[in-house]
Amino acid sequence: MKTLIKNAEVFDPRNDLEGKYDILIEGKNVIQISENIKNQGYELIDATDKVVIPALIDMHTHLREPGYEDKETVKTGCEAAAAGGFSAVAAMPNTNPVADNPAVVEHLNLKSKEALVKVYPVGSITQGSKGEKLSEIGTLAKTGVKALTDDGNPVMNSEIMRRAMEYASAFDLPIIDHCEDKNLSKDGVMHEGYYSTIYGLNGIPAASEEIMVSRDIVLAEMTGIHLHIAHLSTEGSLKQVIAAKKRGINVTFEVTPHHLILTDKSVGDYNPDTKVHPPLRSKRDVEVLRKALKAGEIDVLATDHAPHTFEDKLGEYDYAANGISGLETALALLYEYFIKNNDISWNELINMYYYKPAEILNVEAEGIKKGSTADLIIFNPARSWTVEKEKFKSKGKNTPFAGYELSGKNEVTFVEGKMVYDDRGGKNEVLY
Amino acid sequence: MSLKRKDFLGLYDASAEEIKEILETAVAMKDILTRTVKKVPTLRGKTVINLFYEPSTRTKFSFNLAAKRLSADVMSISKSGSSIAKGESLLDTAKTMEVMGADVVVIRHSAPGAAQFLAENISASVLNAGDGAHAHPTQALLDIYSIKENFGQIEGLNVLIVGDIAHSRVARSNIWGLNKMGAQVSVAGPQTLLPREIEKMGVKVYNNLDQALENVDVVNILRIQMERQESGLFPSIREYREIYGMNKERLQRIGKKALIMHPGPMNRGIEIESSVADSSQSVITEQVKNGVAIRMALLYLLAGREVDNENLN
Repeated sequence: MKTLIKNAEVFDPRNDLEGKYDILIEGKNVIQISENIKNQGYELIDATDKVVIPALIDMHTHLREPGYEDKETVKTGCEAAAAGGFSAVAAMPNTNPVADNPAVVEHLNLKSKEALVKVYPVGSITQGSKGEKLSEIGTLAKTGVKALTDDGNPVMNSEIMRRAMEYASAFDLPIIDHCEDKNLSKDGVMHEGYYSTIYGLNGIPAASEEIMVSRDIVLAEMTGIHLHIAHLSTEGSLKQVIAAKKRGINVTFEVTPHHLILTDKSVGDYNPDTKVHPPLRSKRDVEVLRKALKAGEIDVLATDHAPHTFEDKLGEYDYAANGISGLETALALLYEYFIKNNDISWNELINMYYYKPAEILNVEAEGIKKGSTADLIIFNPARSWTVEKEKFKSKGKNTPFAGYELSGKNEVTFVEGKMVYDDRGGKNEVLY
Repeated sequence: MSLKRKDFLGLYDASAEEIKEILETAVAMKDILTRTVKKVPTLRGKTVINLFYEPSTRTKFSFNLAAKRLSADVMSISKSGSSIAKGESLLDTAKTMEVMGADVVVIRHSAPGAAQFLAENISASVLNAGDGAHAHPTQALLDIYSIKENFGQIEGLNVLIVGDIAHSRVARSNIWGLNKMGAQVSVAGPQTLLPREIEKMGVKVYNNLDQALENVDVVNILRIQMERQESGLFPSIREYREIYGMNKERLQRIGKKALIMHPGPMNRGIEIESSVADSSQSVITEQVKNGVAIRMALLYLLAGREVDNENLN
């Protein structure tokens, strides 16, 4: 069976697409893309006034399995990804047990086979992410991990980090670091500044992140490894990374939608859904990150999708879990805040949320062209909707964006030629 | 008379008018406390629950007494000896309070925002008796009351708060309240005990106590917790006493008119010398008495919303 997407506004910078096209899909592939394809009994999707782009790749997702299936499973996390407009996610290793050995990675690989989107496993840097002994990085590489990180429990010991970088370089795996000096962040629950002072909550200074960014850059320069900074959130971190790039150091970084949109002020109602690591930063930090986005300085956008149960996020702010369930709001938020008003173009979004993550993870990304894998989405820029967390496919309903009114939405996701998500007419269906 | 709100969680969102109303009501309440029969039937049939998740002697006692003086049925639940200790969540505790028919729940909790969370989940009035380093409005109100009792007004006074501002809900609530009432507030302490960007709250900031003491009308001295020294925020108790302790020499320097306050419990001989605490300028014991009056006023204004005013007489 062939599917014809008709009359779409198609964007793909690497395949020089920007304008009205029809796309014909057969099996797993795009078999034709041109200005007018005649419908010869194909399954027709009218995409008039809709935007078609390559499906996004989220390189920072917590699927929680194994160990925390109450928060999320590979199945539900991938459904959320499909709904959000992603064809692939990179699964962070801070599961229980930690993905520090082939058994856990193979378990994930097995579960991923039945999932709606592609899952790229990420292995831990150290055993149990305890920051003490290196994981069997070479063995992990053989099981298909695409990167290494101790996300959530960063390597504090600089000697261990140095050795990890040196050792990993043999296997061509990037090191992703969640930069946080845990002595400085200690019992902090929000960004340290005026608002932590008036809300009476313990603060996490920007320095906690910036010191580790600085350390990692020094070590990356020393070892020559590709360093990728996860969820960069402060002005100081940004300045350091940009300076390091100018010096030719192999460093990239990602920024989350929530760090581009919300500030520490929004913690004011003590809503635990605003609690996240790194914390929502100051207005100044957000402004600087937005400026960098606009200037094309940001390498990658990523959700840091961190689903939690209702109970994890219930009650006192101090005791609530860290994290935001982000897969199902990321694209719509980026559209609302940055694409709609032309701060960034669709092409720039595709670079930051498709090509660059694929390049870092060293995975396939051919975009939309004749013969390419049909991983694409149909986004409706005229689809007003309200974020209702109860409707999330993710088990994690923990979003600070609940109730937000947004003006565009992903309506259809294709992964390897198969429609896996359909929200035309508000169906909100995942399709196996 | 009543407050146009269900809950009273802090002074950050209270208006100067509301603060004045509470202070005025407290005058009438203090009068009751001087009578032979120190009890009025105002809140008869009302239920006040003191929910204390943190150890507290004075505040709990003060709220208990305040509720009893107004003839409310009062119960106190503490962290030990109830289901709270068994890990019952604040939400479930709130629901229990609700069905028990609480009219006012007074909450003390170590987590900032806990009082607000309770208020959002219960139809009873919630009165914040301290939530982490966030707010302690009744303490600030009794401090303001004590200042006003001595000076007749708040406007134009220079009030200095000394010590561990970073971890102090008393300091924050005092700053909000005093600023709204027109005082000039200063804070003094080692930089490690001053929270980031505190100056944006509209206070002058000093690391040098002697400079801070110039031209003060009120010195409010905070309790220093020994654990702050242990966690490395200042080097030693000895050094703290030397640099930030309120002693006889400093008392002489600020002159006879300045008021000495302390929210208690005091570390005599550390942040405050006994000769200062017991001096004629000290209103520390009067603060305790005013605390009962302020809490009576707030319970009355929250629970007695529909109670006849005449009951006070």
